[in-house]
Amino acid sequence: MNGGPRVTSTNQFPDIDVFRSLYMRMQVIRKAEEQLAKDVRQGRTPGQVHLSDGQEAIAVGVCAHLDDKDQITSTHRGHGHFLAKGGDLKAMFAEIYGKREGICGGMGGSMHVADFAKGIVGANGIVGAGLGIATGAAFANLLDETKQIAVCFFGDGAANQGSMMECLNIASLWNLPILFVCENNGYSEFSPSATVTAGVIADRATPFGIPNLRIDGDDIELVWSVAKDVISDMRNGSGPAFIEAETYRFSGHFSAEEMVLEAPYRSAGEIHERRQRDPILRAKSQLLERGLDEAELLSIASLADRLVEEAVAYGEAGTPPEEGSALQLMFAGRSV
Amino acid sequence: MARMRMIQAINAALAEEMERDSKVILFGEDVEASIFGDTRGLLAKFGPERVRNTPISEQALTGIAVGAAAGGYRVVLHMMFSNFIYTGFDAIANQMSKLRLMTGGQITLPITVIANYGAGRSTAAQHSDTPFPLLMNLGGIEVLAPSDALNAKGLLKSAIRSDNPSFFLEPGGRGGDIGEVPDGDEPVPLGKARLLREGTDLSLITAGSMTRMTLLAAQKIEDDLGLSVAVLDLQSLVPLDEAAILETVALTGRAIIIEESRDRCSAASHVAAILADKGFDLLKAPVRRITVPDTAMPYAPSVELPLMPSPGRIIAAAKEVIERKEPK
Repeated sequence: MNGGPRVTSTNQFPDIDVFRSLYMRMQVIRKAEEQLAKDVRQGRTPGQVHLSDGQEAIAVGVCAHLDDKDQITSTHRGHGHFLAKGGDLKAMFAEIYGKREGICGGMGGSMHVADFAKGIVGANGIVGAGLGIATGAAFANLLDETKQIAVCFFGDGAANQGSMMECLNIASLWNLPILFVCENNGYSEFSPSATVTAGVIADRATPFGIPNLRIDGDDIELVWSVAKDVISDMRNGSGPAFIEAETYRFSGHFSAEEMVLEAPYRSAGEIHERRQRDPILRAKSQLLERGLDEAELLSIASLADRLVEEAVAYGEAGTPPEEGSALQLMFAGRSV
Repeated sequence: MARMRMIQAINAALAEEMERDSKVILFGEDVEASIFGDTRGLLAKFGPERVRNTPISEQALTGIAVGAAAGGYRVVLHMMFSNFIYTGFDAIANQMSKLRLMTGGQITLPITVIANYGAGRSTAAQHSDTPFPLLMNLGGIEVLAPSDALNAKGLLKSAIRSDNPSFFLEPGGRGGDIGEVPDGDEPVPLGKARLLREGTDLSLITAGSMTRMTLLAAQKIEDDLGLSVAVLDLQSLVPLDEAAILETVALTGRAIIIEESRDRCSAASHVAAILADKGFDLLKAPVRRITVPDTAMPYAPSVELPLMPSPGRIIAAAKEVIERKEPK
């Protein structure tokens, strides 16, 4: 059985102001993660990070259509989703630096950035854990009889968790307002997809009657326009949908992998080749085609730099959470 | 007061809490047919929006419980047999027990998971476990062990109203036990033990499925050995009423702990550790645990039943504890 189509173009485009803001968000995510890579090398973070550089267009293109009441669940590679959904850059840096001012008070760190007030139900250290949680959030939306939707971002690795089948079944059965967005970056941690994943991931939604399609996830215009239609239908009760967005991460699975692996699992040539298709470069040339000039694009990039610098300063100035504070945070209403 | 079976008390608590708060929802495998009877009739009463049969998909169900609670609902998830907790364990162990801390206290997760536990009915090893230890060890989970109709109703009400994930563990095979239940709305506070019997020579500390049997054993010890025996029903394992444990042992100086977990790292071991740490000077004899040996539960009654805590094992332990001479 064949799944949904590969969609390569749509007949709508973001208007220029929207596109400019999408580009800005992509730049902020990229620059934030470049900074984090540096921070880890320089020992500014107590832990490691999983970077999403190269995958920004998916987070930004989808989240552009969400408001604070829509929920997302994210992955261990969650900085981009957090920022794209409106998470605070400063609070994210403070979190990753392990400070009390962090969005989770320094208790979660890079892999667990969450802001419930913004519908960011959280990044997650367990591959595939967001599937069930997003399905539950969508169930809550259904019961609330609102037009809110839930978006589950997950990777090609998570698509091999059995719970995906369970959640596709339930989402279809209950007609839940949930968008499954599989970010297929070609690697399940360190294993190439071809060695661990059979068939086409998007096809897995077909037998459950869930409309699905495959797109180039590195084309921000395409992601934005496809997500726009799908989400708009979903708000009108069309039920679940599944998008497989093909992408690539330029950085490794996590920041310390070169220290722990004996040999690289990706060739330098492959990474170089994929960098030619960098979603930010592509967005840039699309914007130039649409009439923006280099100077304006540069000023967007410098603004992103400045925001990241401010976030670094904020994070560095933060205070470490108090020893013993974990005991207060396990239970609502009482200490451990 | 009304006389009712434990399972009716649980059903009544669910119905009353669903009436009281429209945000309470219930879902799980066959909550409509309800093999234990605890959720029977609720679908007809509250409709399919709030009471839902689900597929047999435990990994998804525990995750959905987290997501729906994060979305503002008070979730009651019925997992049927406690062994099925293992199938859905990620969202229990990695999500619901940790998310409050991990998000810096941003979130409350009012989730009540109901599961039926315990052995002694030839249900074999995959339908017999008592999951106290692993749940107690997760950190962010309240663990409740009702033992009769009265505290089943009251504890379930408290669990549903709690803003924390709670496991309400139904003692298997005890659903038919009849007890007196107050007519009004009387939640049993979490973290409070219940002294079922006063005594000055020996404290029997118990929970859940072993409580009724422990009461019978206490009477027999009093009749046969002429001892004054206290019985403390813990009711709630997390939070645990340490004060009540120390209080009864302060009077008796002797403690036997009876519950249905496998012995290693059992709830009984934890109570014994508390007595060693905080009650050492109160003790006149070593603390004894009556639990299940570290085996899977076999099917054949001839092998299964002797593994269970029993009045005979309690009485034998009581004799040893009493006959022990106090060190000079």
